[in-house]
Amino acid sequence: MSASVQSLVSQPYKYGFTTNIEVDTIPRGLSEDVVRMISAKKNEPEFMLEFRLRAYRKWLTMAEPAWPNVKYPPIDYQNIVYYSAPKTQAKKLGSLDEVDPTMLETFEKLGIPLSEQKRLANVAVDAIFDSVSIATTFKEKLAESGVIFCSISEALQEHPDLVEKYLGTVVPIGDNYFAALNSAVFSDGSFVYIPKDTQCPMDLSTYFRINNGESGQFERTLIVAESGSSVTYLEGCTAPMYDSNQLHAAIVELVAMDNASINYSTVQNWFAGDENGKGGIYNFVTKRGLCAGKNSKISWTQVETGSAITWKYPSCVLVGDNSVGEFYSVALTNNHQQADTGTKMVHVGKNTRSTIISKGISAAKSKNSYRGLVKMGPKAEGARNYSQCDSMLIGDTSSANTFPYIQVQNSTAQVEHEASTSKIGEDQLFYFAQRGISPEDAVSMIISGFCRDVFNKLPMEFAAEADKLLALKLENTVG
Amino acid sequence: MINENSEIILSVRDLRANVDGTEILKGLNLEVRAGEIHAIMGLNGSGKSTFSKVLAGHPDYEVTAGEIHFKGQDLLELEPHDRATSGIFLAFQYPLEIPGVSNRDFLRVAFNAHRKARGEDEIDVFDFDDLIEEKLNVVKMDASFLDRSVNEGFSGGEKKRNEILQMALLEPALAILDETDSGLDIDALKTVAGGVNQLSTSDNAVVLITHYQRMLDYIVPDYVHVMADGRIITTGGKDLAKELESRGYEWVLEADRTGVTA
Repeated sequence: MSASVQSLVSQPYKYGFTTNIEVDTIPRGLSEDVVRMISAKKNEPEFMLEFRLRAYRKWLTMAEPAWPNVKYPPIDYQNIVYYSAPKTQAKKLGSLDEVDPTMLETFEKLGIPLSEQKRLANVAVDAIFDSVSIATTFKEKLAESGVIFCSISEALQEHPDLVEKYLGTVVPIGDNYFAALNSAVFSDGSFVYIPKDTQCPMDLSTYFRINNGESGQFERTLIVAESGSSVTYLEGCTAPMYDSNQLHAAIVELVAMDNASINYSTVQNWFAGDENGKGGIYNFVTKRGLCAGKNSKISWTQVETGSAITWKYPSCVLVGDNSVGEFYSVALTNNHQQADTGTKMVHVGKNTRSTIISKGISAAKSKNSYRGLVKMGPKAEGARNYSQCDSMLIGDTSSANTFPYIQVQNSTAQVEHEASTSKIGEDQLFYFAQRGISPEDAVSMIISGFCRDVFNKLPMEFAAEADKLLALKLENTVG
Repeated sequence: MINENSEIILSVRDLRANVDGTEILKGLNLEVRAGEIHAIMGLNGSGKSTFSKVLAGHPDYEVTAGEIHFKGQDLLELEPHDRATSGIFLAFQYPLEIPGVSNRDFLRVAFNAHRKARGEDEIDVFDFDDLIEEKLNVVKMDASFLDRSVNEGFSGGEKKRNEILQMALLEPALAILDETDSGLDIDALKTVAGGVNQLSTSDNAVVLITHYQRMLDYIVPDYVHVMADGRIITTGGKDLAKELESRGYEWVLEADRTGVTA
């Protein structure tokens, strides 16, 4: 295909700026002392330090996974800074107005106003900058309904029992290499607790920003929805452009009790590296939801457009009878990006249901793989899964792969899998052009059409943004 | 309808074009005036479809010599989508399927692109819906077609009717119908032809590319051209098509080879 289709996919990354701010960092490298230092800096309860040390010792015995369909030079874990916090943030802030104006400016520039006057009307935001939470909006308002929404560091101080009860119950410390690493060194993240029979009065969101070029980012998010409660949670991420790679290894754990529902949406736009594949974030993330209760529901929606490497499988463990797991994903790769992403749906309880809709778009020299596991356990009477994995190729130097794994141990369970691969071809674009539609508009219509099933699942604020983001990312692929 | 004083819509001189380095058009000449209907006939491989794609600006075709003027503009200077908005419409022989994009959205975006090019405001979804409902009658299409993805799962006849629906909506100055009759049963053929006749006025022109006479029973051409080896080798009136139908092409080709006019 002509260079023209290619050029439409390449759009300068507009979040690539750096904020100049004094930081409190620790020396590079990882050791038991570093783990202790992080815990001490955060003044954590004893159980947390024990948790971290167990994870660290476990990590030492593990090896980086080799099975993903991605290639990258070996990561030197001793050359990473494991803690970096803006200095001004060292003391606890009484109110948002005390937040360093440089920080507020940074988030404003990213489209996330935190100041009292400008904040988003119906979304509470927890803003995380490098290793720490800068500010959480609407905390008091949420507290009126009993909803706890704060940084996980704060939760460890204010609600240690809740954190101790749930942390690591969905993603155990030794779950995988990156999960063990995160469990040892995670610095901050968000904590959400929705009490019984409570519908969270507004959408909650966390915005992650990596700023420091040497530091890794290891966040930990924990959301607990008690019986009969529900919450919608959004997550966004960006990073500056550096020509080195930064490591991002996060964990998200969700717990839904009887009749509870959690909708978790992500728009991931970490720096993806330049057009020659230099720089970009290594995004190794473990996200898992536990449908612990009957009739509970966990729904993951993700729009993955950034990162040099994405390794991410938001999953659902369907333990409660009649519980529902959903995974809706759009993964776009361009230039030299590599994505190995998908989901795991583990059916344990009776009549559990799961839906997987995955849309992969690959352009330029990128590599985009869907990897998904559907497992029907021996007690999953009447369980059902429907999976649909569609790939779209732009140009002829990109690749798309689908790796479905299906394990069925119950004869009454049903599993359906559909897959398709299509290509935006010059003829399709010519057809649009012949009707007066420019190549840019044509590609964006084709892509939004392709992604419609997923975008429909995003909260409104995100759907428009996601559509725009994909259009931007794909600008100049055609001409 | 021939009117020698009407505006020249399309003027093609000594046009040569390559695809993948092979010359397909080898000195084609054609002049089309407002109000006229032209039929271009010829054997497979004579360059008919290539000509239609060159007019519309398909990127795979490289013009190596000659000129094309469309309503006084140098057409070769224009990008494909600008050619479309300035009034060239190609009804595709094989209309493309666009999964996930509803026919209604596609038509509206196309229509608004034309309006924008004319310096007019885009129209909103409600006004557009009223407009498109009216146009559906031209090709006797059911409104349910609007909510399906563009051409996806359409039968051959439905695809062709959808092309004519687009023509009805965009009201081009020059419509090129590339084998629109192929794959149509007789009822569909009548519907499509009826649509084209309704849309044909003294201000626009139609070029029909076809293998067969049968379409020309319903859309009566003012001129019939025979193409062979990348050129128009002979031109006649509507009777030429009938003669080709009964005698085949060989006699025209032979006449061309020996330099005798048919």
